[in-house]
Amino acid sequence: MTAVTEVSAPPAIRELSRRHRLRIAELLPWLIAVACFFVFPDYLALGTQILISTLFALSLDLILGYGGVVTLGQAAFFGVGAYTAGILAVHGWTEPLTGLVAAGLVAAVLGMVTGVILLRTEGLTLLMLTLVVAAMIAEGANKAGAWTGGADGLQGITISPILGLFRFDLFRRTSYVYALVVLFLAWIAVRAIVHSPFGRSLTGIRENVTRMHAIGSPVLGRLVTAYAIAGALSGVAGALLAQTEQFVSLEVLSFGRSGTVVIMLILGGAGRLYGAFVGVPLYMLAQDQLAEQFPIYWSSGIGFLLIAVALGARGGVLDLWDGAVKRLRRR
Amino acid sequence: MDAALDSAVSIAFHGLAFAMVLYIVSVGLSITMGLMGFVNLAHGAFAAVGGYVAITLMNQAQVPFPLSLLAAAMVGGVLGMVLERTLYRQLYGSTELNQVLFTIGLIFIATAAARWIWGPLSQPLRPPSYLQGEFDLWFRSFPAYRSFLIVAGAVLVTLLWLGLERTRFGAQVRAAVDNRRMAQSVGINTSRLFTLTFALGSALAALGGALGADILALDPDYALEHLVYFLIVVAVGGLGSIKGPFIAALALGTADIGFKYLLPQFGAFFIYAMTLAVLLWRPHGLFGRAR
Repeated sequence: MTAVTEVSAPPAIRELSRRHRLRIAELLPWLIAVACFFVFPDYLALGTQILISTLFALSLDLILGYGGVVTLGQAAFFGVGAYTAGILAVHGWTEPLTGLVAAGLVAAVLGMVTGVILLRTEGLTLLMLTLVVAAMIAEGANKAGAWTGGADGLQGITISPILGLFRFDLFRRTSYVYALVVLFLAWIAVRAIVHSPFGRSLTGIRENVTRMHAIGSPVLGRLVTAYAIAGALSGVAGALLAQTEQFVSLEVLSFGRSGTVVIMLILGGAGRLYGAFVGVPLYMLAQDQLAEQFPIYWSSGIGFLLIAVALGARGGVLDLWDGAVKRLRRR
Repeated sequence: MDAALDSAVSIAFHGLAFAMVLYIVSVGLSITMGLMGFVNLAHGAFAAVGGYVAITLMNQAQVPFPLSLLAAAMVGGVLGMVLERTLYRQLYGSTELNQVLFTIGLIFIATAAARWIWGPLSQPLRPPSYLQGEFDLWFRSFPAYRSFLIVAGAVLVTLLWLGLERTRFGAQVRAAVDNRRMAQSVGINTSRLFTLTFALGSALAALGGALGADILALDPDYALEHLVYFLIVVAVGGLGSIKGPFIAALALGTADIGFKYLLPQFGAFFIYAMTLAVLLWRPHGLFGRAR
């Protein structure tokens, strides 16, 4: 009998017990974002937009990437958050942080109510229902002009300085840092969620819902919770847009916005936490550059990019990266 | 009382015309989605192509209306066949997300191409002189072109129904919708079937886009703008059925015209509410089956 000289767990278990630990590479997006603040002071308006959309895509990743719920109506939450913050500000509640919280809460309640109804279905039906609910809310906002300003948009939003100290400036410095801090906090929250037992069970539901039912997991409850959390974060993203732009248009509720955020997320890679951080900047910078150079047919460039990813890189850009790294290591 | 009856007739008439256009465009989407399980969000782009081809032929080359329609359907069908053979079929086994990404990419390209070639404004359809003006029925007169739409739609519905119920090709399609693996094992060439149905669906969409350019205005954003309605028709009707979308198109067309006429302050709100109710009541649509 040989003596056991070294006790080591099998590689799979080692991998599992380490997956929640912070890796150095995970700090990269934040370093880049902070660097951009100093390197590109003239592009902070675009930067703020990118940060807000990244938060929106990150919230979508929770329900679509991890929960496996294919939704084409996430703009409902984004828009409801934007209008909540905007309408509050127009009616005198100009404090930004409580405005964000209020927007998140309203969006969360919407997520809970619609989630309980919608998430009983699946596949195309679910996709259609999310789309129809968003269309209904958009049409409601369009027709409730007394509250939302209708097609003219919600005007006259004024926002107090953050914490009474930081005024929203023309150069968007405050907006950029504000959006970055909110995104950072949201990232910590989402990261904690996806590595928690709750997050693991979401992945289980995505991979095999029948088995999750069989082991007694409360599937509907888990999905509704995730839907509400994702909705709340989308609402916060919308509120950020309303507060930094000081204007809300019906576009925030549009099908275009729902579709674009799905595209940006898949482009980066869904269900991997960092898809949003890769896909959103890639998409929005490409769009910005193409729209500047080819104002008429820029969208075909985006179109070719999407088709190439759909056909050639089915897990998004991050998947391509993983593949390349693996191939290099094998050599 | 007379006024009420008059509006009812008017709503029914225009609703019926709208329903025909919706049906002709959407029925192909229903079949291809039922057959291949492919979420083809770009279906409306084929309708737009048809509309642009027909209008360009009529307005610039003075091609007669019926020939332009035929050309539109053929261009749509050939385009559908080529795209199915080269691109679509690579994604049949793929995830819904990839299919969404791919088809939205197609929409973007189609939109850019339309804006580049035809400009941002909507292209008007000028019906031939024999379809302009009013058409006199014994108790009142109706716009001639819309009457023609209703008749043309009814003829197409009948042809489609006969084709699917009475021909060998139709039987193969029904078999493959019911059970694709079984259809394959009894020797049906499903790969060819997919291509043919896809081409047929695209041709119908192109025809619908050309016929209906009067109702669904033809501008570069056509595919995205009307996508929700096409999807509602398909989802409410039930995938893989040709009767379901017809009923759904009738309901959607008349309800849309009716609500916009009677309750314009609510816009399309009730349409979405109705869709929501139907899908919660019957998640697979009125005539769809759980799979």
